Amino acid sequence: MGTKAQVSSSSTAVTLEKRERAHVRSVTALIGAVLRHLLLIILALSFFLPFYWMASSALKDDSQVYTIPPVWIPNPAHWNNFPDAWLQYNFNRYMVNTVVRYALPVTLGTTLASALVAYGFSRLHWPGRDVLFFICLMTMMIPFQVTMVPLFIVFKHLDWLNSYLPLVIPSFCGSPYFIFMLRQFFMTIPQEISDAARIDGASEFGILFRIILPLARPALTVVALFQFMWAWNDYLGPLIYINKEALYPLALAINQLRSILAGVGISPLAYPYLMAVSTVATIPILIGFFFTQRTFIEGISLTGMKG
Amino acid sequence: MSVTLSKRHRKSAARRRNLLLGLLFISPWLIGFLAFTLYPLIASFYYSFTRYDLLSNPVFLGLRNFVDIFTEDPHFGQVMYNTVYYVGLSAPLGVIAAFLMASLLNTRIVGRSAFRALFFFPAIVPAVVTAMVWAFLLNVQYGAINATLQGLGLSTIPFLSSPRLAKPSLILIHMWAQGNAIVIFLASLQDVPRSLYEAATVDGANAWHKFWHITVPMCTPVILFNLIMGFIGGFQNFTLPWLLTQGGPNQATEFYSLFLYRNAFSYFRMGKASALAWILFVIIVIFTVALFRSSARWVYYSGAEE
Repeated sequence: MGTKAQVSSSSTAVTLEKRERAHVRSVTALIGAVLRHLLLIILALSFFLPFYWMASSALKDDSQVYTIPPVWIPNPAHWNNFPDAWLQYNFNRYMVNTVVRYALPVTLGTTLASALVAYGFSRLHWPGRDVLFFICLMTMMIPFQVTMVPLFIVFKHLDWLNSYLPLVIPSFCGSPYFIFMLRQFFMTIPQEISDAARIDGASEFGILFRIILPLARPALTVVALFQFMWAWNDYLGPLIYINKEALYPLALAINQLRSILAGVGISPLAYPYLMAVSTVATIPILIGFFFTQRTFIEGISLTGMKG
Repeated sequence: MSVTLSKRHRKSAARRRNLLLGLLFISPWLIGFLAFTLYPLIASFYYSFTRYDLLSNPVFLGLRNFVDIFTEDPHFGQVMYNTVYYVGLSAPLGVIAAFLMASLLNTRIVGRSAFRALFFFPAIVPAVVTAMVWAFLLNVQYGAINATLQGLGLSTIPFLSSPRLAKPSLILIHMWAQGNAIVIFLASLQDVPRSLYEAATVDGANAWHKFWHITVPMCTPVILFNLIMGFIGGFQNFTLPWLLTQGGPNQATEFYSLFLYRNAFSYFRMGKASALAWILFVIIVIFTVALFRSSARWVYYSGAEE
């Protein structure tokens, strides 16, 4: 009798203890989850607030900018700062320069040439291919600064300064980074597809344009997207080659606007105008990123991982 | 005999045809390589031994540029110090920040893709915009941070206008824009086999043990990759310091590439700028090789045999 009671009570104790431990575990898990989300939200704010500050400051007038403590929700909001800043300082022209003279041609050139070269490095077999591909990869190691001076001198002699040619023409030679990326992608396409097309009498160009490129559309999108964005964001390239104001891209024009506004001392509306044009320069990136997020992020992890 | 000869002949003709076809396809890159990489490489090597102001022909000086840079230039020491300070802190801190943020994103959380998008976004914003926003945010008087501090009756922080704080401020902005590294880390974190964590749980490992003994070792190859990218990018860092601090205050943020740019395009010392570029190249190669060498000790390749 006595032993039986003892056994049952000890087993109750064990289940109790187990339940308690499970309870403790679920409580720590809960606390952990709360802490994790708290940390996430703090971090998210640190990423979000600078952009919010930019966009909200674009809506302020002077009295709202030079205020302590800072105004986070400008009231009244001066929406006309956007058209005022944009039109008064000719930003339509800089936008056209950025897109038409720079980003679009460079994107076209890089995508087309990189695909062509990647095809030669992946789907054709020829002596010396791997050596040249290795050299192509190695060129990515060379710092921009090493070739910067002679290229400037060459383009100066060609009379290409103050034009987008020094930035556009080299893009039609492809970019090693994208050649590498597309090559990796092309390699995953089964060889049999090409062989079948060859038997049907297709030329290599026909195979590239009718079979491989349609299959590689996701990779090509990444290339085009990245290249367009890099051109849109580029500061150093135009800084070196372009110093005629009428030819400025947005990147140079925004900084120039800062100098103009600072030149008058702290001029009225300096910060709101600057923040307004900065916001507009960010919006295409934001929209593009919003719609192509997956492609974007897959592209980044693809290039990072397969390296 | 004649059969084998014609066979061999046909084979070599096919080889030549393949070679020409291959070269045809890669010809854009090949032309670009010769014109925009190889030629400039050789030319800048030559210029580095000359004095060249673009107005008259280059004058051969031998090693004078290099000797002058290391012994006579009054700014080079400060520039090296700034650059090593910046690279030495920004690369590891950037990688650590990115890794921790990616690890946080990889846990069981609500709204992961929204958070990931937000964390990533600063990496794709134009550098000019980043510069304008931070210049305003960190402004001593009217920036959001200092205006808040003043509102609370606290003293202001001269983030970008004090020589002591300018470099740390730039490093902080660098840590803020780690989107690419975060995404790359996140992909590698998702590749760590679940079974390892399950086995560790059975053995009674806690979360910290699992992080330190499974997650970190499994991600070391990607840590190495991001670290190298961070070092290379850090040495060439130009746009943000150029726009935010213009090398100041008091030369505190005059980094290598700013100094090089000024020599080339403000003072038109093309010879000296080329010499500086080659020194930079050598430094980057030494750093990269050293990192790769050290990787044998701390990078774990799960595919490799021990």
